[in-house]
Amino acid sequence: MNLIITFVHTLGLTVKDVLPVIFLLIFFQLTILRRSIPNWKRAVAGFVFVLLGLTFFLYGLETALFPIGKIMAIQLSSSKFVFNTANVPSNAGWYAYGWVYVFGALIGFATTVAEPALIAVSYKAHEVSRGGVNQWGLRLAVATGVAIGVAIGTFRIVTGTPLYIYIIAGYAIVVIQTLFAPREIIPLAYDSGGITTSTVTVPLIAALGLGLSQTIPGRNPLMDGFGLIAFASVFPIITVMGYAQIARWSVVRNLRIAKEK
Amino acid sequence: MKTELLKHSSKALKGFALHIVGACRDLAPIIIVITIFQLAVLRQPFPQLMDVFVGLIFVILGLSIFVLGLEMGLFPIGEAMAEAFAYKGSLFWLLLFGFGLGFSTTIAEPALISVTKEAAVVAANGQYISSDSSAMQSYAMGLRITVALSVGIAIFIGLIRILKGWPVHYLIIGGYVIVMIMTAFAPPEIVGIAYDSGGVTTSTVTVPLVTALGVGLASTIRERNPLIDGFGLIAFASLLPIVFVMAYGMLVKG
Repeated sequence: MNLIITFVHTLGLTVKDVLPVIFLLIFFQLTILRRSIPNWKRAVAGFVFVLLGLTFFLYGLETALFPIGKIMAIQLSSSKFVFNTANVPSNAGWYAYGWVYVFGALIGFATTVAEPALIAVSYKAHEVSRGGVNQWGLRLAVATGVAIGVAIGTFRIVTGTPLYIYIIAGYAIVVIQTLFAPREIIPLAYDSGGITTSTVTVPLIAALGLGLSQTIPGRNPLMDGFGLIAFASVFPIITVMGYAQIARWSVVRNLRIAKEK
Repeated sequence: MKTELLKHSSKALKGFALHIVGACRDLAPIIIVITIFQLAVLRQPFPQLMDVFVGLIFVILGLSIFVLGLEMGLFPIGEAMAEAFAYKGSLFWLLLFGFGLGFSTTIAEPALISVTKEAAVVAANGQYISSDSSAMQSYAMGLRITVALSVGIAIFIGLIRILKGWPVHYLIIGGYVIVMIMTAFAPPEIVGIAYDSGGVTTSTVTVPLVTALGVGLASTIRERNPLIDGFGLIAFASLLPIVFVMAYGMLVKG
């Protein structure tokens, strides 16, 4: 019974979030466009599937993965786990938090692979490029970027260095890479920064940032707890462009080898 | 007739089974990471193993149904609307639709609501606003409207870019420069929230719709390449909120 109530509650929340979009679509469809959508029955069924699927997905995440992931993030950054003492020793170095960086990188990678919005965009990119963009290649490149971003982001919280230095450095790398990366990948790479941080990734990463900034002396959760999502949105741009650069380089090299033969 | 129906439904079932296999593969990394850390690093048993198991089945089913619905509904709707706007040839309605899509999907976004509440606490702690609850509530609401406006404007600009065929990187790099300059002048307390707000605005339903709109529009215009011109809308939607939130932090000092 409890299960059903929670489920209906999650469904209600999902529908409430999507309601403005549905109104907008119906309004424009009926008053401005007045052009029938081909296969509209199928499309409406698909929209219902999206809502239902998202509800199931969120409900499952909230019962199975989020509670344990959040507890894990807090435990890994607690001084009891890191130093085996009740308080953080005053001479604690950043390297003491090794497991936090490893966990941050792995959970960033794993949640990004499961991110529905990223699945959608890589599917579309594969279709539009007529197979030129490899779905798994793109997803793994984005996930690697999130992994690097979260690991560096947790390092920043531990060391207490200012956020903007890292972000500006990230932007500088993006600008330089843009000059050399294949032109076709640039819009997709820029998009990938915004896609990565949605349903699955944000709650777990936010818990990690909050847990860290609460336990480390001198950190303020309200100030230092933010910023992990920003890291997870800048670094995928870098890895996606890097992936395209490596892919082009290997194609050019194979062509050259074939020619020499 | 009956065999036809049977054939059709068995084909659909096979397709769905494939989606389930795909969902299991997508979720395997999370399950592996959490299991290894729980058992080997933290050395603790799983609490309520049965709940975790039932929850995982829901996650896998949900992801499979979502992907199915994406192919059947969300992508075709987004593309059909882009085509209909191109056919109608009305720039005004297209841009209004884009703005509305960005604004309406962001204003109700749960991640944004929680971030703006925290931002109000930060602003009150930094004594930019008074710390009574009505001042904090109006600060949070103002911030929410600001972010929603910025996403609406971002889609608006992004659609103009697709129509004109401007290269995306000039606009985005220009945006980076604005972000860097504003970072120097914005109150330090707001900078972290501003940088994060770019990532939280784009939700799971918005992304496929906006992507389909951009790609659909670029496909209908003959001189545009869907890969080069169609993507990029999300990039604007994650950059402009950073600028707007910092501007809000600079202007609103209660």
